[in-house]
Amino acid sequence: MRFIFKTSYTQDLGIFRDDVQRNWYLALLIGLLVLPLLIPAYLVDVSLVFIYGLCGLSLMVLAGYTGLVSLGHAAFLGIGAYTHVYAIQDLGLPWIVGVALACMVTSVAGVLVGLPALRMTGVYLSIATLAFALIIQEVLTRWERVTGGLKGKPVDKPVVFGVYLGGDAAFYFLCLVFLIAGLWLTGNLLRSPTGRAWVAIRDSEIAAQSMGVNLAVYKTSAFAYSAALMGAAGALFAHKIGFLAPDIFSVLLSIQFLLMVVVGGLGSLHGAFFGAVFVAMLPVAISQARDLIPAWASALVGPFGKDAGAAAFLAVDQFVKKPGLEPGLFGLILVLFILFEPLGIYGRWRKIQLYFSTFPLYKRATFRRQKAYMRSERLR
Amino acid sequence: MGCIYGLVALGFVLIYKATELVNFAQGDLLMLGAFTCYMFVVWYGVGYWTALALAVALVGLFGAALDATILRRVIGQPQFSVVMLTIGLGAIFRSFASIAWGSEIYTLPTPFSARATRVAGVAVSHEYVSIIVGTVLLCGLLYAFFTFTRVGLAMQAASQNQLAAYYMGIPVKLMFSLIWAISAGVAAIAGVLLAPVSLIDINLGFIGLKAFAAAVLGGFGSIPGALVGGITIGLIELLSGAYLPQGFKDVAAYVVLLVVLAVRPQGMFGRIARKKV
Repeated sequence: MRFIFKTSYTQDLGIFRDDVQRNWYLALLIGLLVLPLLIPAYLVDVSLVFIYGLCGLSLMVLAGYTGLVSLGHAAFLGIGAYTHVYAIQDLGLPWIVGVALACMVTSVAGVLVGLPALRMTGVYLSIATLAFALIIQEVLTRWERVTGGLKGKPVDKPVVFGVYLGGDAAFYFLCLVFLIAGLWLTGNLLRSPTGRAWVAIRDSEIAAQSMGVNLAVYKTSAFAYSAALMGAAGALFAHKIGFLAPDIFSVLLSIQFLLMVVVGGLGSLHGAFFGAVFVAMLPVAISQARDLIPAWASALVGPFGKDAGAAAFLAVDQFVKKPGLEPGLFGLILVLFILFEPLGIYGRWRKIQLYFSTFPLYKRATFRRQKAYMRSERLR
Repeated sequence: MGCIYGLVALGFVLIYKATELVNFAQGDLLMLGAFTCYMFVVWYGVGYWTALALAVALVGLFGAALDATILRRVIGQPQFSVVMLTIGLGAIFRSFASIAWGSEIYTLPTPFSARATRVAGVAVSHEYVSIIVGTVLLCGLLYAFFTFTRVGLAMQAASQNQLAAYYMGIPVKLMFSLIWAISAGVAAIAGVLLAPVSLIDINLGFIGLKAFAAAVLGGFGSIPGALVGGITIGLIELLSGAYLPQGFKDVAAYVVLLVVLAVRPQGMFGRIARKKV
C-alpha cells in the first residue's frame, strides 16, 4: 500500500496523481501512436472505438456524473452528423467550422431537452429523452431537403485545412486527437466547480440545492456539454460510416451507448473508454465466435460417433446464425453486468488493483453493498 | 387502439405502483403473450379461449419467476440500473421470440374475426368490440381487486413502505411476485386482444413505447389514469393521422408525452409529493 504525501499545491493541481501514473499514460499514448504501424488492417475498427469513446464520455458526463439518464443520445449523434455533413457539403463551409457548428447545434438541442428535464426526475427523464429521440428520428426521415430522407446521404472523406485525411491512418489520428481533447476537457471540467456541482446533483438534489447549487443552470449545462461532445462524435461518425441514413440513429444505438457506460463502470472516465472498447469489439467477437462455436460443438460431441458430431455441427451452426441472436446477447450481457458487477469493468479493475496493493490483507467486504430496502423516489 | 395502449399502460402502472420499478420490457411481455396464444391455437389446435387462459397463465408465471429470480435483486438500487435491466430483458425476449417462433408475421384466428355489428349505421368489427369489452372488464376487475380485497390492500401497503408492511406481517416478496404475475398476465391479454388487429411479429413490443405516453399522460401510478391516458393517446393519434400532414401520426404520441412531461409532470391523475427535510 502506497500513500501519496502531497507537499505542494502544484501536486494537487496536476492532472495526474503522481509521476508513475503520468508515465503509464505516456506509455499508453506512445503505444497508440505506433499502433498504425503494428496493425494497419484493423485501424478502422480502432477509430470506431475512439468515436465510441467520445460518445461514452458524453453519456458518462450526463448519466455517470450528473445522474441524468438519457435514453436518446443517438439523436444527438444524429443531429451532429447531419449538421456537420450539411454544413460542409451543402453549404461548403470549412471542415472545422462544420464540427463547431455540429457541436453548437447539438448543444442547443441539448438545452431544449434539458429545460423540460428540470421538472422531471429519474425515470420520467429517461422516458422524455426516449420520446425526443423517436421524434428526431422521424424528423430526420421527413426533412428530405436537408437530410436526404430514407434515401440517405453519402459523406465525403474529411479534408481539414486543405489536408486530405481520408486514409485509414490519417483518420485514426484525427479521431485520436478528438478523443484526447475530449478527455482532457472533460477531466478538467469535472475537477472544476461545475463538475463538483454535477456530482453533487447526482448524489442528492436536495442537498445540492441547499448548498447553493443552482439546479436549473447546472442540469442544463450538463445536457448542453454532453450534447456538444456527442455532436463532435457525430461529425466523426459521419465520416466513419460514409453514408447517413435516419435508421442508423435508432433507439438501439442509444441503448448501446448506455450499455457502454454501464459495462465500463458508471462514474469514471476510464469506464467510458473500457465500455467503448467492449461495445465496439463485441460484434467483431460475435462474428468470430459464429464461425468457431459450431466446430467446438462438433468436437465436443465427436467422441460419441461421427454422425453425432456432424449433426451437432449443423444444429449449433443453424442456431448461432439466427438473425435475432445479437441484440439478445447484448441484453444478456447488460443483465449480467447489472446483477453481478454493477461497478462495471472499471470497478473490477479497481478491485484487482486493490487486491494487489493491499495483498494479503484484501477483504471482500470492502466492496460489498449495503443491504438496501426500497427507497421511494416518488418523494424527492 | 387506444384501449390497447391503456392495457399496456396498466401493466406499467401496476408494477410502478407496487415496486417503483419501471418495466421497459412490458411491450415484450405483450409480444410473448401473443406468440404463446398463437402457438397454442395454430400449432396445437387448442380452442381460442383455452389458449387465451393458457397464455395468460404461462406469461403470468413467467413474470413471477422473473421477479423472484432477477428483479428482486435490484430493489433498492438506483432506478437507472432497473431501467437498464428491463431494457436488457426486453432485448433477450425479442431475441428468444425470433429464435423460437421465427421472424415471420403471423395472424391469429379468433372467434371474432371478420364479423361486424352495425351500430347506429356504422359497422363495428367484433375484434374492436372484443378489445374494448376486454379492457373495461379487466380494468374494473383490477380496480375492485386493489380497493376491496385484503390482498389488494396488502399490495398497496407493500408499495408505500416496504419495511413497515413487512413488520405488519405482509409477505412483501410474495406480493411483489404476485404483482409481476398480474402485470405480465395483463400484458398477455393485451397481446392476445391486439393480435387479430395488428399482426403478430417480434416487433409487436414497440407498442410499449407509445403505452409509456399513455401511462405518463394518465399519471404514472393511477389505474383509471392509465386507461384514460391510453384512450386519449389513441384518439390523438387517429385525429393527427386524419388532419395533419403525413408523418405526424407516428410521432404525435411522443410529442404529447414531451409536452405533458414539461407542463404537468404528474399527469392528469397523478400525485407528486416533495420530500421535506
